[in-house]
Amino acid sequence: MNVRAMATIYRFEMLRFFRTLTQSFLSPVLSASLYFIVFGAAIGPRMTELGTVGYAEFLVPGIIMLSVMTQSISNAAFSIFYPKFIRTTYELLSAPISFLEILGGYVGAAATKSFLVALVILTTSTMFVDLQIIYPLAMLLMLILTCLCFALFGFIIGIWADNFEQLQIIPLMIVTPMVFLGGSFYSISVLPPLWQTVTLFNPVVYLISGFRWTFYGQADVPLISSVLAFVLFSAACLAVIWWIFRTGWKLRS
Amino acid sequence: MSIIVDVQNVRKIYDGGIKALGGVSLQIRQGEILALLGPNGAGKTTLISVICGVANATSGSVRVGGFDIVKEYRAARSMIGLVPQEITLEPFGRVLGTTQFSRGLFGKPRDDAYLEKILTKLSLWDKRTAQLNQLSGGMKRRVMIAKALSHEPAVLFLDEPSAGVDVELRRDMWQTVEELRSTGVTIILTTHYIEEAEALADRVGVIAKGQLLVVEEKSRLMQQMGKKQITIQLSEAIVTVPESLEGYGLELGQNGASLIYSYDTNGTRTGITKLLNEISASGLVLRDLQTRQSTLEDIFVGLLSDSEQREASEL
Repeated sequence: MNVRAMATIYRFEMLRFFRTLTQSFLSPVLSASLYFIVFGAAIGPRMTELGTVGYAEFLVPGIIMLSVMTQSISNAAFSIFYPKFIRTTYELLSAPISFLEILGGYVGAAATKSFLVALVILTTSTMFVDLQIIYPLAMLLMLILTCLCFALFGFIIGIWADNFEQLQIIPLMIVTPMVFLGGSFYSISVLPPLWQTVTLFNPVVYLISGFRWTFYGQADVPLISSVLAFVLFSAACLAVIWWIFRTGWKLRS
Repeated sequence: MSIIVDVQNVRKIYDGGIKALGGVSLQIRQGEILALLGPNGAGKTTLISVICGVANATSGSVRVGGFDIVKEYRAARSMIGLVPQEITLEPFGRVLGTTQFSRGLFGKPRDDAYLEKILTKLSLWDKRTAQLNQLSGGMKRRVMIAKALSHEPAVLFLDEPSAGVDVELRRDMWQTVEELRSTGVTIILTTHYIEEAEALADRVGVIAKGQLLVVEEKSRLMQQMGKKQITIQLSEAIVTVPESLEGYGLELGQNGASLIYSYDTNGTRTGITKLLNEISASGLVLRDLQTRQSTLEDIFVGLLSDSEQREASEL
């Protein structure tokens, strides 16, 4: 195994992250802070409690998941799309490195970046709410898994995209609506019965619900279904990536 | 001399059905400079891409240093450095950083002294902290070479190394290639500049329409296929070649002021003495004589035209 190559990709991706700190770090943190201010501080006090927690507290896991999911996708998608765009992939393809190691370098870096963003948002949230985390280890595990799963998904988008428009279209038109309607800002129990049923077809609901459970011990859907959703989503992404690696689709002519 | 790259019957048909390589076999010897000559679209870059792992072959096999490029890709690719035709660099990266990246990608431990040596040799050490998008075209191409050499490859592929560079830079590039060869690196370069192959190569391969037409020692190729011409300038112009000289296959030069005689340099007898005697006997008066050896370009054009004629006759 070419660990050094994987570490090289990882290190250079992280260097790029720190080189573009404003865009990659401050921007998502600022967005999350705005959600806290608008929904948490301004609107929150006027909302009724959701379960046993106040609305502002309820928001924290949702906002973290929103940031983590979108950031993981955009980080990973851009990291592999960029070498394709500037046509430097020849170097990856001609190096003695397996696709799995390429994946490890890029997805690992993308997941680390969004994990760091999540930690900063979590810290920022303590400025707005009195935060409690019932199961901190489970929370960290779910956070890491989400970072990795969505980075894998982003990697697929990055390989698929032929231009910047395609790079943006899935995160913007599919992922963002799914995350917004997946219980980031509300419990699905507040929806009318029909919409509750419709919402259950959104896989993001299970991921956010599971993450919120680690904070407050309460969830919209059974915990086991959240775990199952993680497993299925990761397996689907890995299966697609495995196929991409086997065929060299969009990478090797 | 041992074989370092062994290409066996490699075919490449792209997804759209375009046949880029039609069964190419080629053995590259350790330590040589092999020039692959061919017009645009001949299949030179595709062949290099297949050997280096950038493109998959439709069929056939390639071994580098005895390692199969598919089954033993790690060992095979570790031996190869690739400088593509197009200059593709991360614009915001820096010279030393990008060479360190390339070395790491090939799994080699950090070696600043070696990279300093390479960058110094390529006159880039002073620019090691410069941002890549601020370098000149020639410097960028040298950075591409530095990246390819960063992991100490045994075989270096240079795809059109002097495409789009000025004459002075081309000479610099040639000198760099010569210096690299002196360190024991096997070099394969593609070019459509005949003079480049003539100046650098030990052997020359001519490729056209996905077929390797010939691979031969440059000197032997010129000797075997090269013809020599003697241009006999006459004191007075003539309209037709005299009947007594018909057996020599003479061509009448411009305005009938000269006769052109082609002969084989390898022949036991060139027939020059006899021809000159016959010219004298026919009453023509000589003014001057010039001889000219056919260049690699003449051979190349000849091979291509033969190949086209063969193809036309097969249709």
